[in-house]
Amino acid sequence: MIVLEGVSLTLGSFQLRRISLRVERGEYFIVLGPTGAGKTLLLETIAGFHTPREGRILIDGVDMTYAPPEERGIGFVYQDYLLFPHLTVEENISFGLRARGLAEEEIRERVAQVMKSLGIPHLRGRYPSTLSGGEQQRVALARALAISPKVLLLDEPLSALDPQTRETLRRELRRVHESLGTTTIHVTHDRVEALTLGDRVAVLMGGEVVQVGAPEEVFERPGGVEVAEFLGVENILSGVVRANRGGIAVVETEGFQVTAISPIESGEVTLFIRPENIILSRSRLESSARNCVEGRVTEVTPLGPTVLVHLDNGLKASITRRSLEEMGLRPGRRVYAYFKATSVHVVPK
Amino acid sequence: MRGLDLLRRYPLSVLFAAVGSLLLLFTVVVLFNMVFRQVVLRPEGLLEAVRDPTVIRSIGLTMYASLMATLIAVSLGTPLAYLLARHRFPGKSLAEALVDVPVVIPHSVAGIALYALFMRHGAVGRAFSRLGVVFEDSLWGVVVAMLFVSAPFYINAAREGFRGVDPRLERVARSLGAGQWTTFYRVTLPLSLRSLISGAVMSWARGISEFGAIIFLAYYPMVAPTLIYYRFTIHGLTGSQPVAVLLILLCLAIFLALRLYTRPRRGR
Repeated sequence: MIVLEGVSLTLGSFQLRRISLRVERGEYFIVLGPTGAGKTLLLETIAGFHTPREGRILIDGVDMTYAPPEERGIGFVYQDYLLFPHLTVEENISFGLRARGLAEEEIRERVAQVMKSLGIPHLRGRYPSTLSGGEQQRVALARALAISPKVLLLDEPLSALDPQTRETLRRELRRVHESLGTTTIHVTHDRVEALTLGDRVAVLMGGEVVQVGAPEEVFERPGGVEVAEFLGVENILSGVVRANRGGIAVVETEGFQVTAISPIESGEVTLFIRPENIILSRSRLESSARNCVEGRVTEVTPLGPTVLVHLDNGLKASITRRSLEEMGLRPGRRVYAYFKATSVHVVPK
Repeated sequence: MRGLDLLRRYPLSVLFAAVGSLLLLFTVVVLFNMVFRQVVLRPEGLLEAVRDPTVIRSIGLTMYASLMATLIAVSLGTPLAYLLARHRFPGKSLAEALVDVPVVIPHSVAGIALYALFMRHGAVGRAFSRLGVVFEDSLWGVVVAMLFVSAPFYINAAREGFRGVDPRLERVARSLGAGQWTTFYRVTLPLSLRSLISGAVMSWARGISEFGAIIFLAYYPMVAPTLIYYRFTIHGLTGSQPVAVLLILLCLAIFLALRLYTRPRRGR
């Protein structure tokens, strides 16, 4: 278990501001944030590479704020792997075990075991410069896991890989975590990684933790406009609550009314609707969705296998390319946008 | 690619290559002229120098003294270079400027300054003479003068070598359980070794070539540059050139051998 209590630190243009977090034993914890948010600085501070200006870091209940890195029992994997270039794969993996003065026999066994679990025994005698990105990442992971760390810190471990390798390694990370149960803190700016890997997610912005929760909760119910924008919530609307009957709020926005599940009874609010929660139809539907807004298509933006359809009423909907083709949607076409009251997240301004 | 195509595609590079070659040519012509004249036109002078015990002793002394100066520079300069490469501290800019001072001051000035301090009645010379170490006209005087002028070459090369090692590699090593010593010994040092060796070779070569600072403090025992100067003043080119050529050939051979030994290897 790892606990951060009000950790603050400034280093160059990066800073951490009163970070308080609690990562449970065996948890896969994601720190999600944009570039420059201080994610790497946070990991490096936990690892003991920087001393916080204030606050405490506890690892398994022991105050490690001022302990040198070698005494913390932490495995660290950087984005660009940072394998020791002058050592073979086997020497890289055994580095930490040798530094700990383990017997040769034990070192050999542990190295063989961790190499086998990551499927890299064939790389044993190779030098890092001869390995692919995916292989290097596996070796870096093996090196960190070989010391049986109390905590594994992963600094954007998948961001330098091609999409196919990234997907494979993402599954690998999940599998390794499930089999070893090592407490893991993984920082990333990739929302897919956060959703698919994290038991919980903390959103770090401008050196501050602005939201912590289960991935679905954070993605569906962002705490503020900045978080929502970063998490890809395309529909951020300002409005005023006109009525609330039994927890169902009626919000007047610019141009249309929205029904949402919210305890807020009055006042100015911000509404968040994820674009994938909006259904488009060329004709009126009989639907359980409480909201239906008519609009005209103004623009269609391709996003890989999906497209983002912009409407003149300000809404944006994410649909598949196939749906786009089947509905014959193009700029100028009239459509109906449906979304459920439960898909609308309301926060007071 | 034909010459004209090359010029059309990379006009700037071609121009730079032409201009840069002039400087290389200058160095080659100066040295080649002397070596060629001696080795091909007057080989008997060179053979005579090889057989001359004074010359051999002098060259041996030069190399030995410079090696000692380099070893001192490596011992004291490595920690300094590491600090300059890795840490920020008050007075760091001043320390970096001080490292380079011996490179920018005239060596006769360095010689006088060293003499004032290390002569028998100088502050340091007097203290050491009580311990039986005399700098004036002794091997130690030669070593001190060589150290003064050559140490910056090692310190600067070592500092750049340490800077070239990603500090995050050291952090990873620490996180894996290695203390600062082990990290330095097993990660930083092997990864910067080529720069350190290269710096030591440059420092050693610089020590061998020193003349200005040495003659003020230790005209005797005569190192090779002093002997060459002495013979030039007495016998002109005929007496000095063979010694100079022999020194050049020996230095080049050692320099090339070290370069070959420290060249990058494949697969790493």
